[in-house]
Amino acid sequence: MSDGFMGAPDERGHFGDFGGRFVPEALMPACLELEEAYRDARADESFAHALASELALFAGRPTPVTPLERFSRRVGLRVFAKREDLAHTGSHKINNVLGQALLAQRMGKRRVIAETGAGQHGVATATAAARLGLACTVFMGEVDIVRQELNVFRMELLGATVVPVTSGSRTLKDAVNEALREWVTCVADTHYCIGSVMGPHPFPWMVREFQSVIGREAARQLRDLGVGDPDVVVACVGGGSNAAGVFAGFVDGPSRLVGVEAAGGSAVGVGAPGVLHGMRSLLIQDEFGQIEEAESISAGLDYPGIGPEHADLAARGRAEYVTADDDEVVAALQVLSEDEGIIPALETAHAVAWLVREAGRSVPHGSSVLLNLSGRGDKDVAQVRAILRGAS
Amino acid sequence: MTSLEDALRRTRASGRTALVPYLMAGATPDWARHVEAAAHAGADAIEIGLPFSDPVMDGVVIQEAAQRSLAAGTTLDSVCAELATLDVDVPLVAMTYYNVVHHYGLDRAAQAFERAALRGAIIPDLPPEEASPWARTCADHDVATVYLVAPSSPPPRVALLARATQGFAYAAARMAVTGRAADLGDARRVVEALRDVSDVPVYVGIGITTPVQARDAARFADGVIVGSALVSLLLDGASTTRVEEFVGDFRHALDDVDDRRDDDRVPPEQVK
Repeated sequence: MSDGFMGAPDERGHFGDFGGRFVPEALMPACLELEEAYRDARADESFAHALASELALFAGRPTPVTPLERFSRRVGLRVFAKREDLAHTGSHKINNVLGQALLAQRMGKRRVIAETGAGQHGVATATAAARLGLACTVFMGEVDIVRQELNVFRMELLGATVVPVTSGSRTLKDAVNEALREWVTCVADTHYCIGSVMGPHPFPWMVREFQSVIGREAARQLRDLGVGDPDVVVACVGGGSNAAGVFAGFVDGPSRLVGVEAAGGSAVGVGAPGVLHGMRSLLIQDEFGQIEEAESISAGLDYPGIGPEHADLAARGRAEYVTADDDEVVAALQVLSEDEGIIPALETAHAVAWLVREAGRSVPHGSSVLLNLSGRGDKDVAQVRAILRGAS
Repeated sequence: MTSLEDALRRTRASGRTALVPYLMAGATPDWARHVEAAAHAGADAIEIGLPFSDPVMDGVVIQEAAQRSLAAGTTLDSVCAELATLDVDVPLVAMTYYNVVHHYGLDRAAQAFERAALRGAIIPDLPPEEASPWARTCADHDVATVYLVAPSSPPPRVALLARATQGFAYAAARMAVTGRAADLGDARRVVEALRDVSDVPVYVGIGITTPVQARDAARFADGVIVGSALVSLLLDGASTTRVEEFVGDFRHALDDVDDRRDDDRVPPEQVK
């Protein structure tokens, strides 16, 4: 890896001991075709131009970096938020889906399928599909459909079909299984638009590259603000796409990189190496290698694994992975809402919660911090209301 | 050559189309009796499913069987212990997912398979590109590594898989996960692609539901694999006698083809 910590994986998609391509033979040709198409697109200026144009004119990039002045005073830090909540559809997910949808179109696919947990990736995929005239089917666990019913309706308004997943834990992990099973049957005309830096090669690499626009923009914006390299870059981690995207802009500099997992879904904290969903990574599993269900207040972090590049960054000690629990997360969501007029997604609030806890401890007072504000919390308002009313 | 391949080549040389039923270990309390019943009723090899929480290559029937099996506390150790007590004279082949053996330890798993008389392993989420550590340890323990070939596999991959597979090549009849189906899909094309590059026995699976389909497949393949149709019966509480009947019906259909087979269908082994 000549180009630093987050370079390209090896030719079979390995980041150190992690990654690779562990899929049924029926899907191997599709993964190989996708890799070839992606390599071809990367080398094609017209693809880069088309993507940049969609990101600017449709998704609203660049998103700003906002100094969080009142929150900074509260915690005694200098906190800057990269405002992915302001990107179209309300989270960073749009960066990846526009890239993949353009690629699908370039490959002559007429349909995309996707898994979703919180619904953000499903909404983003449905949006990109509508924009580019592709058919769209989204797989979503039954449990998540209940938790995120408005996002289900959003996807339907956007012309997508939402398929409830009733197998296993009926959450994100099972939605991925079902999307993979579906892909086997329709791989000739359908692209599987994976929503995070996970899955078989080339997905972890490709999705990180599409999300790295976050880190590239933020590094430039912090320079323009006179901050330069922040002392800390912090992001929430489920599969880890927003974290990978923002880390990519700082990984070869001096910043401390922190990924915050849900306490009930800490693949780095309690996981062991294993193989799931096409990749070798750190997975939460029992003593027999059966995958366990992650438990979190936020559907988007309810994933028992983590992207393989994060597992590698953890193994190499370049990034650290910590946790926040549900109570801290709800409190952090309230704090950011009241201090800054920004209601973050429950996923994002994990990163906020860690900052609140660590300010003055492992993050010395006065430190500069880049917080990746990965998504807005509108989708979570009903759930948070129920929690707060239940608590009062 | 692995002992599995040796046995299955002899089956073919004797003019017999191989019948390979699949059962999920631990999905029903008397699953081991069902394995014996299947052997007794004319199976030439038996696939033993080791349950995994996230079986991406399996449809609803085998998913359900895996869930029941896990809920009953089935583990790799419990399956191997029970298999070691069986008295069946046909080879057993494990079918599972990579994480199950990866977590157990590759060498320990291959040893456990060897002790349990599991002569082969089908791991659908482990392509040859990632398989060398597993394949090396399997070779030390006479466990054949069996690969699937899909209708989507282009010729270079068919050749790669044909070289890597041991025992038999598993020709997937369709682009689908396991489950029942109404026809043989692309089975003939996949079998022919394998015949072009290899003389390894070729068995058809994925969707074989009826003895009539098995008979049709026997006209061009060396064997048939029957999974979901049998597992579905077992999940509904089939008796050992019913399992014998079910497997027996397939056996008779295959024997029918074997008896009438035109003399011009020379086993590839004798072509050279």
